[in-house]
Amino acid sequence: MMSASRKRQRREWSLLSRIIRARGCYAMLAPFYILFFMFIILPILGAAFLSFTDFNMLEIPAFVGLENYARLFFDDDVFLIAANNTFIFAVITGPISYFACLIFAWLINELNPKLRAILTFVFYAPSISGMLFVMWGFIFSGDMYGYLNYFLMSLGFINQPVQWLTNSETVLGVVIVVQIWMSLGTSFLSFIAGLQNVDRQLYEAAAVDGVRNRLQELLYVTLPSMGPQLLFGAVMQIGAAFSVSSICMTLAGFPSTDNAALTIVTHIYDYGNVRFEMGYACAVSMVLFVLILSVNHVIQRIITRVADV
Amino acid sequence: MPKQQGGRHLGVNRSLAGDILIFAVLACFGAFMLLPFIYAIAQSVKPIEEIFVFPPRFLANHPTTENYRMLSQLTDSLWIPFSRYAANSIFVTVVGTLLNLIVASMAAFPLAKYKFPGSGFLFHIVVMALLFTGPVTALPQYIVVAKTQLINTPWAVILPTVALPLGLFLMKNFMTQINDAMLEAARIDGAGIFRVFVSICMPLVKPASFTLVIFSFQSLWNSTGGAYVYEEELKLLPTILNQIATAGMSRVGPGAAAAVLMMIPSFLIFVLLQSRIIETMAFSGIKG
Repeated sequence: MMSASRKRQRREWSLLSRIIRARGCYAMLAPFYILFFMFIILPILGAAFLSFTDFNMLEIPAFVGLENYARLFFDDDVFLIAANNTFIFAVITGPISYFACLIFAWLINELNPKLRAILTFVFYAPSISGMLFVMWGFIFSGDMYGYLNYFLMSLGFINQPVQWLTNSETVLGVVIVVQIWMSLGTSFLSFIAGLQNVDRQLYEAAAVDGVRNRLQELLYVTLPSMGPQLLFGAVMQIGAAFSVSSICMTLAGFPSTDNAALTIVTHIYDYGNVRFEMGYACAVSMVLFVLILSVNHVIQRIITRVADV
Repeated sequence: MPKQQGGRHLGVNRSLAGDILIFAVLACFGAFMLLPFIYAIAQSVKPIEEIFVFPPRFLANHPTTENYRMLSQLTDSLWIPFSRYAANSIFVTVVGTLLNLIVASMAAFPLAKYKFPGSGFLFHIVVMALLFTGPVTALPQYIVVAKTQLINTPWAVILPTVALPLGLFLMKNFMTQINDAMLEAARIDGAGIFRVFVSICMPLVKPASFTLVIFSFQSLWNSTGGAYVYEEELKLLPTILNQIATAGMSRVGPGAAAAVLMMIPSFLIFVLLQSRIIETMAFSGIKG
């Protein structure tokens, strides 16, 4: 019988020898993980630390405890507006863009390969068009050259131009439309690929079992076998829904009227890049991180229940 | 594969009427998706008097190349030669894309095909990091870049994109599909992990490599450099084209022309490699 301490010693030795044997693996991982640590992990850990300090990039950070967080929740009305806008924005664009990716991918996949290729490009193009979304600014323009205003006025729906981008009641709506326009990106491609990969024989078997139309096929055959893609798509869309910023700042201006297009990320930009109150900006970032992680946790649970993963 | 799909196309539960309905729906939404593109192209070929005509017209009546010529005049008269901005963007895009491909593939291979202490954890944190898009980590990342000596060098733009989790994630999932017997044969012949990676793995994952190249290319090509480079000699193409476009009402035409020219490379690459991308994305799933 070996004593417990010797057993542990042997385990440690075998772990060490496994690590030494895998040194080639670690060497190959090193370049990526060094950069990953430097530009993703370290910033997040650093932000967690700085969120408890007062820091302006020049002086040494001064520890202030929970002051930033207290200020954020009790003393910064603008943050509450930003949080509220981000929440409304994410609750609307997240699900819509997710289902738009899924539904358009599904419909496109029903067509023949040539049409499928063309339509995939048409729907995917906005997400790789860079700054082209500024063109929506002209379409929604509030002056007499705005196409939407002209169109609605000539049809008689409105009597005078609507200030789409400066009216606090409409601007968030415009940003939502543009974000959805741009949101058929990586998850959309992932869904198209997932749909093409479903085993063809499943459909024939399902037809024998009484599946009578395309919608039933989608619900009973396709979706259950696309679990991994559905999870991946959710991760990508949640990340995008909470991080909207450049669309807001470009279309609605910065700051926007009554802060109507202020989101958490533009609030971070305001404190970080404009006022250089880094400690406070980092506290806002931490709240956003926690928010995204918890939403993701809930959504992943729901999806694992719907599909076999 | 295509034959099989052709067979399914009008197979069980399919009707021509259904196909036509689906196409009609997609055509309507497709028109909405294309609206800004058509608008940008139309604006870029409108003579200036048509841009400011009231009531506004969507399409051009007398298309002209005037705006493109004006754009090239504007870019000729810059303080710093235009070719400098273009060269900066090309450098950042090409070097960044190559580095991203090499570094991400190298890390993906051991994670896909070897078991070693920490492999599960290392992949798991990359999957978690998929959640945090650029804008969310931008500020903390800026602090790190500013505290190193990277700020105001092209590397400040390149290196953060090399560490993006999506590249490693896609390569790893694709590499998992490689047949183990082939790798085993090479290992028995005495090839080390790096040799196996270069001579067996990489040739087999070409579709995934192309996909990574496209994602990386389009994000770097559209990158403005933001706060990372501030010296005029180092600024990137989108920055200067935005400056030209926003310089006033008379620049609406040339601005649209610049936007049209900027999007061509990304689109061209996507169209050429579309089928390869779809193939890669088939393995993009996350197992719960």
